Amino acid sequence: MEIIVSVIQRAILQGTPLLFGATGEILTEKSGNLNLGIPGIMYIGAISGVVGGFFYQNSAARVQPVPAILIPLLCCLAGSLLTSLLYCFLTVTLKANQNVTGLAITTFGVGVGNFFGGSLIKIVKSDVPYLALVKIAKAYKTTLPFAKDMGPIGQLFFSYGFLVYLAVILAVAVSLFLSRSRAGLYLRAVGENPATADAAGINVTRYKYLATCIGGMIAGLGGLFYIMDYSNGIWSNNGFGDRGWLAIAIVIFATWKPTMAILGSYLFGALYILFNYLNVPMRLLPLIQMLPYLVTIIVLVAVSIRKKRENQPPASLGLSYFREER
Amino acid sequence: MSKQNKPQAAARPAREPFLYVTRRDQIPLGRAILIRVIAILLALIVCSVVTRVLTGDDPLSIYATIFHGAFGTGRMLVTLHDIAILLCISLAVTPAFRMRFWNTGAEGQVLIGCLSTAVCMLVLGGKVPDGLLILIMAVSAILSGVIWGVIPAFFKAHWNTNETLFTLMMNYVAIQLVEYFLKVADKTGSNVVGPDLLTHGWFPEIFGVKYLLNILIVAIVCIAMHIYLRYSKHGYEIAVVGESENTAHYIGIDVKKVIIRTMALSGAICGLAGLLLVGGSSHSIDSNLVDGRGFTAIMVSWLAKFDPFTMILTTLLLVFLARGADEVTSKFGLNSDFSEILTGIILFFIIGCEFFINYQVHFNHHKKEKAAPAAVSGEGN
Repeated sequence: MEIIVSVIQRAILQGTPLLFGATGEILTEKSGNLNLGIPGIMYIGAISGVVGGFFYQNSAARVQPVPAILIPLLCCLAGSLLTSLLYCFLTVTLKANQNVTGLAITTFGVGVGNFFGGSLIKIVKSDVPYLALVKIAKAYKTTLPFAKDMGPIGQLFFSYGFLVYLAVILAVAVSLFLSRSRAGLYLRAVGENPATADAAGINVTRYKYLATCIGGMIAGLGGLFYIMDYSNGIWSNNGFGDRGWLAIAIVIFATWKPTMAILGSYLFGALYILFNYLNVPMRLLPLIQMLPYLVTIIVLVAVSIRKKRENQPPASLGLSYFREER
Repeated sequence: MSKQNKPQAAARPAREPFLYVTRRDQIPLGRAILIRVIAILLALIVCSVVTRVLTGDDPLSIYATIFHGAFGTGRMLVTLHDIAILLCISLAVTPAFRMRFWNTGAEGQVLIGCLSTAVCMLVLGGKVPDGLLILIMAVSAILSGVIWGVIPAFFKAHWNTNETLFTLMMNYVAIQLVEYFLKVADKTGSNVVGPDLLTHGWFPEIFGVKYLLNILIVAIVCIAMHIYLRYSKHGYEIAVVGESENTAHYIGIDVKKVIIRTMALSGAICGLAGLLLVGGSSHSIDSNLVDGRGFTAIMVSWLAKFDPFTMILTTLLLVFLARGADEVTSKFGLNSDFSEILTGIILFFIIGCEFFINYQVHFNHHKKEKAAPAAVSGEGN
């Protein structure tokens, strides 16, 4: 029993950054933008939060919980917003190739993250030995006070920082937005066929910008969660690893449905930590870590062979829209 | 609510937009080059500003440092070799891109080539003569690259499976396979299988120059690729499939066959790049050996408009910056990821400037003649 609880708990912690990334990418892709810059944006979100938190922790005499949460959060949102704006400007306004732009954003974002993560202390000539925001992480990890008294149920459902719940709420909200609201319908129309949407009077550019920027901000939170909650505020270069690509994999796995992404993220999170509980030799570890990608490939192939209409990627995914070219 | 007044917005043609954009048919080569040069210069200025803010060094001395890092004494050969490897991978992805097959899996295809080379070196090293060993390495590296490339192509050809995402996932399968190999082959847990284990099958030095064989092989591949794309029937078929699959069907091209064959070629050259990396230079393997070059190659190829000879210039630019940035960071004791920031900045500018090559911006003043100067000056945004 205890083992099951701890597996689920750790799977949820592992899955939350993926869920943020996947939710953001689903929203983005629904507008027809295949944003391969998401891994970079998640890095930038993380490092923006860290930089904000670093200056706050070093300047404040006592770290108060509210600003300790708000300052990194706002910095993270601002950083990922700026990066997404750059992506939008290049792909929507300047009609650049989305794959190339996305990969450039990822190169840039990972570089920015690792560079500032590794050199921030040197640049601001601070005397702390390494980048550790333990006090701020404590604020992020605050759980509901009664979680400890409720046994396994408390551990399963109430033992997390607020970002874990925010991830689920955002996924459900995006799902409702896409399926139930008029703006969501318009957004999907833009992703399926921008020319038709344009003819119907929908402002294609505005929808693409909004969806991509909000999606990028949601994804950036995944990076913030990873640093502030999962790794206790301690930055390590490349620590975030390939989670950004895994988030993109989950988008496919979930067939572009945010509620399915919740399930997918926790499942992939479980696969990430599974080896801790299986009695397998260490050398088999990489083969287990390969599973999420293999599963994604199988889903991708199965979806394309079955050709069920509601499971397909948005029809204009990856293509820039130019009105004059109809 | 904005959505309610949308029909009204559409029914309001009286107010003309401030500017409008049209696609150019053809831009004079000189002007296209001028726009790119301006973009690169602007990017270099931004790079030097960023470097100055972060290091406090003055811009000119930064460029001296960068230049020294790339072309200083004893570095020339390494820089040339870096160019050759990146060029090789860029050449590999090019035929697929020309038929609009977005192969984001070059990273994995190269890495799997590295892996099979390393396996051959480890298992057969010392048991067969070195010449034969190199031959076996070459065959297995190229073959494994082909397999890695053909799997997504097969599904793309038959069921239109999204190739961007499929090839992307294949990268991580390859990375984990390499990790597995490292864990099996190297009992010390160092996560690198180095020259002490891979003792045989090293490429010979020609004329006593290190890496020269690699550089020559890539030069041959570059010329061959140019001929293949420009003058062969296959190259023509690739171009037609890229323009329009329907047209290709109509003139009797077997589109499925072309997709699979072209990806096999892409994978083969990626596998070759893996062979050159392990057999020809590093004599070691770890899961980060390709180091993102599979992704950089995509950008190199695209920036060069899929032209093999132009790619030499774009690789030169990116490698020059990366090597130079490494020098800057080591001089100031900063983190080596600085080069990726500079690369990113350059890429953003070049990606952005393509707009001014492909499209023309017109301003709605009284005059409606060519607004090309405005397009050039608007580039700094």
